Amino acid sequence: MVKITFIEHSGVEHHVEEKPGLSVMEIAVKHSIPGIDADCGGACACATCHVYVDPAWMERVGGCGNLEESMLGFADTVAPTSRLGCQIQLTGQLDGLVVRLPKAQH
Amino acid sequence: MKSDELDALAEARQRANTIPLADINVCDLELWRNDTKLAYFDRLRREDPVHLHPPEHHRNGAFWSVTRFNDIVAVDTDHETFSSEPAITLDDPMEDFELPMFIAMDPPRHDLQRKIVQPIVSPSNLSTLEPLIRRRIETTLDELPIGETFDWVDRVSVELTAQMLATLFDFPFEDRRKLTFWSDAATAEPDSGMWDVERFDEQFAAVMTDCLTYFTGLWNERVNTEPKGDLISMLAHGEATRHMDPQEYLGNLILLIVGGNDTTRNTMSGSVLALHQNPDQHAKLVAAPSLIPSMVSETIRWQTPLAYMRRTATRDVELGGKSIRKGDKVAMWYLSGNRDETVIEHPNSFIVDRPRARHHMAFGFGIHRCLGNRLAELQLKILWEEILNRFPEINVVGLERVPSAFVNGYKTMHVEIPRRL
Ligand code: HEM
Ligand code: FES
Repeated sequence: MVKITFIEHSGVEHHVEEKPGLSVMEIAVKHSIPGIDADCGGACACATCHVYVDPAWMERVGGCGNLEESMLGFADTVAPTSRLGCQIQLTGQLDGLVVRLPKAQH
Repeated sequence: MKSDELDALAEARQRANTIPLADINVCDLELWRNDTKLAYFDRLRREDPVHLHPPEHHRNGAFWSVTRFNDIVAVDTDHETFSSEPAITLDDPMEDFELPMFIAMDPPRHDLQRKIVQPIVSPSNLSTLEPLIRRRIETTLDELPIGETFDWVDRVSVELTAQMLATLFDFPFEDRRKLTFWSDAATAEPDSGMWDVERFDEQFAAVMTDCLTYFTGLWNERVNTEPKGDLISMLAHGEATRHMDPQEYLGNLILLIVGGNDTTRNTMSGSVLALHQNPDQHAKLVAAPSLIPSMVSETIRWQTPLAYMRRTATRDVELGGKSIRKGDKVAMWYLSGNRDETVIEHPNSFIVDRPRARHHMAFGFGIHRCLGNRLAELQLKILWEEILNRFPEINVVGLERVPSAFVNGYKTMHVEIPRRL
């Protein structure tokens, strides 16, 4: 099992454990974490699974793909740590990952 | 449904399932007028999900119909292979009257222009607009007659969307129905009855030129005053847009007018119809108004007010085992994808508490995904909050559909509200 922490915009924390291999978005949906809409179901095509990766994890998570970068370009309140949750797979390497959620998915 | 409508549907299904595949023409306006198109899409999804139509099926020649949810996602997310230029409907732009707009542009131009108008629908701007939207909806609903038949399309759907656009543009409120007219004109098919078919090009250009003149007046007024939060002021003062050429300015205005008009309008009408046809779902909603956001998403899926978007292949490519050639036109039928039983359970049912109701494709996917989706959802949400506060039921007594394979909507919808709460 791998661990991940979601921190809502209000500061509420959710600590979740899952089998490795799901995306950050899929874990959020599976555990009903509020604040992730995931309208396209993981196709990198809606940008409603926007998360901020904790700076300490940025290097291990890595950068965006091309389409991801374009999609993020149209999201609201984007920061250098922004990623689309459906494009990050939670592997053993990311055990303990911390992500924050934006005020709204837009 | 009335029994004659059911007969027509049974007959259409029979026909849809028996005619040769090659004879299925989903652009035949008759299927849209009498609402039998879904039977044909069911057949295509089942038997030929990436289907080539012969040139006789559309005045602009041959095209492909992509009808399955996942194939549509594949096309929508590959904007390098499937370009939005030169047009996002099967009609090519007129040679002597082009309206450049970012919905029909590829990156990088698309991205730059989209980013300029985006702030108008930012979450913070939407919360600023919300009280005004609510007040206007309240007034409109309070003026509706009780116990007599009226046209919901005209009195509510068209009215509210016209008001909304007038607000976004800070457009003279008393002239707001001009916006409706321009929107209708921009999307009406040559043979829709709005135009003299022989003189379509000329008449179309004349209407668009009127629109252009009007908005140029507003631009000139805004450019000489302090910047404000309305869209025209934003464009007139924006670093990247203030030198836009007039035709491009107008192209983008038309995009926002059409985008914010037909779509939301037909969802508003569609919501009344869907809840009227499904009294159990209406009862569920009345019992739990917290279902409104989910009902709104479900209505947008169920209605899919823009039936398709077109792309043009920039290279030879395989899709669903078919060879699409460079230059071919590809219609992504969102209306069909939203009824794809392999992705959406019981797709033909209207379910106000559907799990994951937001997972539909009516707003498109990828870089052109609807800019106004949150605004549309907000308007629909407020509309239903205020309807539930006032009217125990709204009965649909008759309707007429828009004869278009692009705008899936209602020309009129006669309703009766028996009483207030
Ligand atoms: C239920 C209501 C609505 C539906 C179903 C809808 C549907 C769509 C669809 C399917 C697209 C994708 C176009 C493509 O992929 O080629 C789109 C784009 C767009 N919509 Fe909407 N729309 C709605 C409401 C609105 C509203 C209220 C506005 C404006 C205020 C708006 C403005 C736009 C714009 C500007 C685009 C172009 C985006 C781009 O090319 O990047 N829409 N819409
Ligand atoms: S779920 Fe749509 S982009 Fe991630």
